[in-house]
Amino acid sequence: MDFDLSEEQQLLKDQARKFLADQCPPAEVRRVFEGEESFHPDVWRGIAELGWLGTAVPEEYGGVGAGYMELCVLAEELGRALAPVPFSSTAYLAAEAISLSGSEEQQRKYLPRFAMGELIGTLALAEGPGMVTAASLETRYADGKLSGHKLPVPDGDVANIAIVAACDQGVPGERISLFIVSLVANGVDRQTIETLDPGRGHARIDLDNAAAEPLGRPGEGLEIIDRVFDRAAVMFAFEQLGGAQRALEMARDYALERFAFGRPVGSFQAIKHKLADMYVATELARSNCYYGAWALSVDASELPVAAATARLSAIKANHLCTKENIQIHGGMGFTWEFDCHLYYRRAKLLALTLGGEPEWQDRLIDRLRRQRPNAEQAAQ
Amino acid sequence: MNFDDTLEEAEFRSRARKWLDENVPSDWRGRTTTPADIVEFIREWQARKADGGWACIGWPKTYDGQGATPMEEAIWGQEEGELATVSSFPIMIGVGMAGPMLMVHGSDAQKKKYLPPMLRAEKIWCQLFSEPGCGSDLAAARTRAVRDGDGWIVTGQKVWTSFAHFADQAILLARTDPTVPKHKGLSFFIVDMKAPGVEVRPIRQMSGDAEFNEVYLTDVRIPDEDRVGDVGAGWRVAMTVLMHERSGVAGADPFGFDNLLEQMENLPMGATPAIENEAVRARLADFYVRISGLEKTNLRTLSALSRGEQPGSEASIGKLVLAEQLVEQTSLALDVQGMAGIMTDESLAPAGGVHQQGYLRDLCMRIAGGTDEILRNTIAERVLGLPPDLRIDKKVAFEELPVSGTVRD
Ligand SMILES: Cc1cc2nc3c(=O)[nH]c(=O)nc-3n(C[C@H](O)[C@H](O)[C@H](O)COP(=O)(O)OP(=O)(O)OC[C@H]3O[C@@H](n4cnc5c(N)ncnc54)[C@H](O)[C@@H]3O)c2cc1C
Repeated sequence: MDFDLSEEQQLLKDQARKFLADQCPPAEVRRVFEGEESFHPDVWRGIAELGWLGTAVPEEYGGVGAGYMELCVLAEELGRALAPVPFSSTAYLAAEAISLSGSEEQQRKYLPRFAMGELIGTLALAEGPGMVTAASLETRYADGKLSGHKLPVPDGDVANIAIVAACDQGVPGERISLFIVSLVANGVDRQTIETLDPGRGHARIDLDNAAAEPLGRPGEGLEIIDRVFDRAAVMFAFEQLGGAQRALEMARDYALERFAFGRPVGSFQAIKHKLADMYVATELARSNCYYGAWALSVDASELPVAAATARLSAIKANHLCTKENIQIHGGMGFTWEFDCHLYYRRAKLLALTLGGEPEWQDRLIDRLRRQRPNAEQAAQ
Repeated sequence: MNFDDTLEEAEFRSRARKWLDENVPSDWRGRTTTPADIVEFIREWQARKADGGWACIGWPKTYDGQGATPMEEAIWGQEEGELATVSSFPIMIGVGMAGPMLMVHGSDAQKKKYLPPMLRAEKIWCQLFSEPGCGSDLAAARTRAVRDGDGWIVTGQKVWTSFAHFADQAILLARTDPTVPKHKGLSFFIVDMKAPGVEVRPIRQMSGDAEFNEVYLTDVRIPDEDRVGDVGAGWRVAMTVLMHERSGVAGADPFGFDNLLEQMENLPMGATPAIENEAVRARLADFYVRISGLEKTNLRTLSALSRGEQPGSEASIGKLVLAEQLVEQTSLALDVQGMAGIMTDESLAPAGGVHQQGYLRDLCMRIAGGTDEILRNTIAERVLGLPPDLRIDKKVAFEELPVSGTVRD
């Protein structure tokens, strides 16, 4: 066992941090957060040039084929920098869905373009508030066309293509299948919507007989999404970890610098304990994340449990750290001008994309039950 | 113990209800959507209440109140309900804090001059306490007031001042003597917010709204009649204000629990509504128990007051409980909305996006009016009698105290 980053991975992490510190400092994040654009095209281009988008895409499909450990390392840095780019939608969702379930031809067609940053992709699942289930989806597919609406679609306002989950009238019981849809084609209408985190774009997408290309085995859409989400959950967890870590550092620095009652506020035990709790949560999350990254990188049978654990652990740490970072900053933390709230907003965005905490708690316990030695007997 | 109204209380309640039925403007909701609208609305509504004898009923009759008992005040609060919760916040610093403070520390002339227009909301008040360098440690205020003939010249900067952009008057804590230990060199003043030298600049909050401000005071002249309490006794006066700021949670269901329950009935979670989900139920039950505990605690306080006793120390838990409660409730509300919980669009988000707004606003409750940490210290030290922190700042002259940015080893 070697439960740490390799030298090359550490190097990659340092390079990533440096690149993002140069190209995507807080002022650039704010440009997107406060401006009209839904992402930062220059940062996106830079990321594409560095080949980050192809990190886990095999070389035969135009990627770097470095692996998932490396992708996770980058995810942590992107989360730390609050990078306003459609990276997760493209690399963790769309590219993963296609590499898991796409035909050889589809992989050849799409993966190289994702890897180059030529194509922004996303996954369109939710259709409004509430948990998504087979019964809750109303978007329909028949005769090569999709109709319905999807809301919210992460980066849906800037993506070129979306993987859309819909009831498939072509399979018995109208089970859910996946489809690839060009978002600039006829029959697709999209509108940017406002969310808690304007640092990332979101859209409502209306489909009216939009041309669609089936992806994966018909009727197995939700099963594929489950697998995509397990994988994405690990990478999202790293983004959350990066955010939590940064919030912890901001809070620590401020506690050292700010005086009250003639001493730094960090000298009060209430603040020390708070910071210590944030540290503990972050370290637990880090360990769970590393384990998840390993399970993902070798496609271990432990992945479903490891992914849910990493995600829940990172949601907790990120929520705690970003919330208490504001608290430790006092009135300053509650201002628009300080960056504390950007982290707090992003924390909720990451916690809800892929479905919220209660859903993942359910998933985790279901999987833990399933993995017990006598689970099958017990079920009978 | 009896939680029912006595005969007199029931009679009072029905009189209150009758007056409200006849007088609450039917369009009040539409008129209280923005802070500016609320300010306009509250001026009209307080005046109408005052004419009917229902404004600040707990105040003595000399200052246009009704001398009502604490129990009657509470009944009135229950009956005015949501209308009060929604519309009364621009006057809370006035009638909720500055008014009670003046009744304890103000001169007769000050009470006569300031209380009646405060009660009618003809004048809106704000609180010039916090500064860039001090919030929790309020006694470290640096804004200077220097004697000048029959008045004072005040210079300094205040921050986080809620409602300063609407305010006509302010309560101010300023340093009159920096050479003595910090608690001893403060004095308390009333400031005319329209006076020359007062400049208000809005600060944007993390939610994007600008409900608080920076206030710059440059050579502002304050007549000595507007000093409250003795020179150097400002800290005592400020403590009275803080006590009122931290106590009491007014209005009906300030927690929005009913709203949350309704959402859980309506939102699907799997094949059933969220409210059927066991984890959700456990958390809702938890919330309810805390809310109920807080409501009943408030009633205990009230019943002590109405027996003419000082409220017990339990009164100090209100804001601490409420703040955490709001943050937790909001978090659950968003989690149950799933991926769509991030939408802030009023037309798309459940309940018009109130929970998303809450996500960006509730955290201020943990900071404003005394942070959670300060409130816990207060409970530990004042209520439980634990020894205070060793204080290095109490005996030293104010001007010698270490501040942010000082290098020390
Ligand atoms: C929405 C809002 C409205 C406000 N409105 C007003 C207003 O109208 N008028 C006004 O005067 N002020 C107002 N305030 C200011 C408010 O009272 C202060 O922000 C608050 O008291 C905290 O002070 P600070 O911001 O300076 O934080 P600091 O005092 O610098 O505190 C920083 C951190 O250190 C902690 N800390 C400080 N001392 C201790 C200690 N002894 N033990 C443990 N922890 C400690 C705090 O809890 C906090 O977490 C408002 C604030 C907000 C957020």
